[in-house]
Amino acid sequence: MRIVAGFLAGLIFGLGLILSGMSDPAKVLNFLDIAGAWDPSLAFVMGGATVTTYIGYRIVWQRPAPALMDRFDLPTRTDIDTPLLIGAALFGIGWGIGGFCPGPAWTALPIAATGTLVFVPAMLLGIAAGRRFGKRTA
Amino acid sequence: MLPTVPTDFTPWASLGGGVLIGLSAVIVMALFGRIAGIVGITAGAVTQGDRGWRMAFIGGLMAAPLLWMVVTGGFPAQTVSANLPGMAIAGLLVGIGTALGSGCTSGHGVCGLARLSARSLVAVLTFMACAAATVFLLRHVLPGAA
Repeated sequence: MRIVAGFLAGLIFGLGLILSGMSDPAKVLNFLDIAGAWDPSLAFVMGGATVTTYIGYRIVWQRPAPALMDRFDLPTRTDIDTPLLIGAALFGIGWGIGGFCPGPAWTALPIAATGTLVFVPAMLLGIAAGRRFGKRTA
Repeated sequence: MLPTVPTDFTPWASLGGGVLIGLSAVIVMALFGRIAGIVGITAGAVTQGDRGWRMAFIGGLMAAPLLWMVVTGGFPAQTVSANLPGMAIAGLLVGIGTALGSGCTSGHGVCGLARLSARSLVAVLTFMACAAATVFLLRHVLPGAA
């Protein structure tokens, strides 16, 4: 049940990425290119996704626990620390170079563009390195 | 890096896609009680105890373009840079940055903003500003590097 539910949730997420245009790095980079070929479409992705999630979370949180787990497990940290800022800055630079963030990179993988086939393993390596470094400084 | 490829303004498709992404995030919260952060799910699929649903979620992400092809007859349109050293650097930075900053466009962006998390708002403003500055630099200041 968890496997099927996880797969379907990922499938819906991936279809959303494709329909919205986020799985196309050209569209992402044009969104970020405010001084040039600006394509504001991705503001509508963020808006639609965030508002839907905001409303849905409030409905879901009325229940005492999630359907397939014992309890809700939410991030609890509220401090703004240096790893958060440096991490977000590095992520932004990488996003601006390649036009991929992690979700769209996974979704684009089966299309097998050479750039994607290089990006995804590099990203996994980066996640492993970042987690190791994050643990040491934490 | 990637030469500028013109793209059409698609407010309705993008809004619809965004709603699907939000729907998925709500499903993950309703069933698993967790935020749908792709980096967290990716790392958890390898390291954490409950790996099954996370691996299945990533399988679902990758199945999406295949289903898209079956329904529409072709893969979704995309243009990916063929500058392979550039893509390797981009991938490394995205991986390190999202792991260190504990989130990406989905975890901090969609789920964090929906939770009204100040930490996530700061992260989103930071990565948006750095991404826009990077594109500005690569496209308008150092056009020789493209």
